[in-house]
Amino acid sequence: MANLADMIMILLILTNFALLGSSLLGMCINIAAFQGIIIGVLPFVTGQDPVSIETAVMAAGAMALKGVVFPWLMFRAIRETNVKREVEPFVGYSTSLMLGVVGLVASMWLAGRLCLPLAGKTITNTSLIMPVSFFTMLAGLFLIVARKKAITQVLGYLVMENGIYIFGASIVMERPWLVELGVLLDVFVAVFTMGIVIFYINREFDSIDASRLAHLRDWRRAKNASAPGI
Amino acid sequence: MTTVLISIVLLILSGLAAFTAGRSYKVATLLGAGGAFLACISAMPPVLRILLGGASKPLHLPWDVPYGSFSVAIDPLSAAFLVPILVLSALCALYGAQYLESYSAGKSTGAHWFFFNLLVASMIMVTIARNGVLFLIAWEVMSISPLFLILFEDEKPEVRSAGWTYLVAAHLGAVFILVFFLMLGRNSQSLDFDLLMAQGKGLPLGGGVLFLFAVIGFGAKAGFIPFHVWLPEAHPAAPSHVSALMSGIMIKMGIYGILRSLTLLGRPDPLWGYAMIGIGLSSGILGVIYALAQHDLKRLLAYHSVENIGIIALGIGVGLMGEASGLPVLAALGFGGAIFHVLNHAIFKGLLFLGAGSVLHGAKTAKIDRLGGLLKSMPVTGACFLIGAAAISGLPPLNGFASEFLIYYGAIGASLKGSAAFATPLILTAAGLALIGGLATACFTKAFGVVFLGEPRHEETAHESGILMRIPMLALAGLCAIIGITSPLILNILGPAVRVILSSQGQMAASGLMPATRPLLMISLASTGLIFLTIALVLIRKAILRGRTVTSAPTWGCGYARPTARMQYTASSFAQPLTGLFRPFLRTAETVRMPKDIFPTNAFFESHTNDAFKELIFEPAFLGIARLFSRLKWLQHGRVQLYVLYIAITLMAILFWKLRG
Repeated sequence: MANLADMIMILLILTNFALLGSSLLGMCINIAAFQGIIIGVLPFVTGQDPVSIETAVMAAGAMALKGVVFPWLMFRAIRETNVKREVEPFVGYSTSLMLGVVGLVASMWLAGRLCLPLAGKTITNTSLIMPVSFFTMLAGLFLIVARKKAITQVLGYLVMENGIYIFGASIVMERPWLVELGVLLDVFVAVFTMGIVIFYINREFDSIDASRLAHLRDWRRAKNASAPGI
Repeated sequence: MTTVLISIVLLILSGLAAFTAGRSYKVATLLGAGGAFLACISAMPPVLRILLGGASKPLHLPWDVPYGSFSVAIDPLSAAFLVPILVLSALCALYGAQYLESYSAGKSTGAHWFFFNLLVASMIMVTIARNGVLFLIAWEVMSISPLFLILFEDEKPEVRSAGWTYLVAAHLGAVFILVFFLMLGRNSQSLDFDLLMAQGKGLPLGGGVLFLFAVIGFGAKAGFIPFHVWLPEAHPAAPSHVSALMSGIMIKMGIYGILRSLTLLGRPDPLWGYAMIGIGLSSGILGVIYALAQHDLKRLLAYHSVENIGIIALGIGVGLMGEASGLPVLAALGFGGAIFHVLNHAIFKGLLFLGAGSVLHGAKTAKIDRLGGLLKSMPVTGACFLIGAAAISGLPPLNGFASEFLIYYGAIGASLKGSAAFATPLILTAAGLALIGGLATACFTKAFGVVFLGEPRHEETAHESGILMRIPMLALAGLCAIIGITSPLILNILGPAVRVILSSQGQMAASGLMPATRPLLMISLASTGLIFLTIALVLIRKAILRGRTVTSAPTWGCGYARPTARMQYTASSFAQPLTGLFRPFLRTAETVRMPKDIFPTNAFFESHTNDAFKELIFEPAFLGIARLFSRLKWLQHGRVQLYVLYIAITLMAILFWKLRG
């Protein structure tokens, strides 16, 4: 099983790089969905102990949400808002990949320095899990910061949540299912609200370019205040 | 104890019920005001029992907030503050039920009663809390809920600006209180007052810095000059029963905080006494001078609150000097006078604000120069206001005199014995009190005379307020007289409260108030005689006039052929000789066009007195801060992505810094 877990870790790193380097919006959503599914498998392959029924149900639920429901919601948002299928980056794809490498190294370093209370017993069988979790979070954060469209921000948020999920999986296997349920609900509500927000942004500005939200800020320089259209 | 906790729950529940009733005026008022009234009345018996020497079991429940615990207790000091809270809240609720009716169109009265009840509940909680965290939470609720009461008429810009001023002042004060408790509890496992009191004997820093923080933090609530600036803004803006509650008792929570922190700080330094006397003199004298120059009845009353807080501070200062130099009698008289004045001020200032509200309600304005002759159309309000005015001026036989007398008695008695350094502040206290009393009398002669005597200054006829508004005023006026006459008995009740503060002085402190009993008794007897004499004279007058015709002529008729209301003294002309004396402090701005020629036309006079502390200290300071921070506004560019980047960079920086090397 150890090899399988390591393989999944490598796969996760690769999906993150794919997300950073891909220019197609639909591709990105599919990658994120794939990531959600393989993360759902994590509890079955990394734990030493057999998986309890609650964990299994939770994992299945998470997979269904991240692998099916969220992508479907996002594809629908793209369809209805009629946007260009391109990611529109602030930071170019090759630069993004470079920064991804830097982020991976930083994650490795971070995971090495972090002293986590593992209670004396190794509960995971792969050493990569901690760096991968950090890297996934960083990748999500980067997608939020460096991409223009509101929909990529939803995507980034999801990827970040994946990272948090991996982090959780690395520390405790048997999480109280209520907490897990809470996190899922949280993400669900977030995606749902963002979907609505995207719809309204689109209706208002004829674009889901989140950088145009700057028009809504409450402070402007006096000389701009009178300028029409701003 | 249980009864008081139940009444807190009742207050909150009835507030919530009123809140859900929302815009229906009748239901919301019945639930909110009715609940507040019932809760306050039902909490009264146990509080009075403690004040009369009974004991209550403190309650201590663990709480998983760091340093926190749910410990509550009622000692005589709490009870001495609970009595005015309960009395005034019950009466203000009653008054407000009718007062709000004409202002409530299109407003949610339910929300108003929710915050009203929350304010009362939090004030009760502040006085019974025995843990720093619990105290701070109650304090914060108590600071926030008046904001929503002040903002009742939020469509007026001046009300909104008053709300801002209040909010800033309340929070700046809370910061100091927070720091005070943090410093106090540095070496302690918990912020329970019992624990802090035990360590108070050997404070590492010397209590001086702590005392300073307490005075600034609690003083901002109490309204010590220069932290008083929110009072003259917030009180006129709020509905009158709220002003009465805020001025009557909420600002006294600052005094309670200072007294309670004194029990935690161990033996005081004589310097603290000097500081409090200095604060008291400046607040008292400047407060009354500013009051003299005001043209708005409620603003005038607000400045009188500053003045009375100054008197209370003088009492505390005298008490501290007594405690620091081991003179239990002086200490007991000072603290006793301060606590007694808290009670008295709650009653007569509550009465005066309710009276001002009644004027505002009946005559539609509180501008003194637009009013006049109201005694004829509003006899009950006028009589009650007169009693309140006499009480706040410190005239016997009313209650204001009794508490000021204690401070006088202590200060003068002790100043005859000690060294010059010891006697000077005490003599200054006595002299300051005399000056404050005299100026207050002048100010209320102006306020009462111009508003209630003479002839109406404009056409609209005023009407007397309804029965629910008159009952609280009559009750408070009655209390002014009763407390004034029974003051020798009340000294016995004050004894235990003073003993809580003077725990270090032992048994001597308890009997410290006794020497004042005899003179107060004499004064009460003389006053009673005076009252009977007045009644006798009235009866004699009636008897003589029976069977004769009595005619009445217009006031200020003076034999003029065509008298007009404009020939009367105005508020500013009446006060001019005194305000002229204090011109350097007041900086009154005047616009005058002098009458010229034999048949002058177009002459006018206008004066306006702004608060010097607000104009010269706070406004420049806050403008400076605003200018400083507007330099940072480029950070707020509206790009969501960069906002997230800020957060990310901050978090990453903290993480890397934490894990470095």
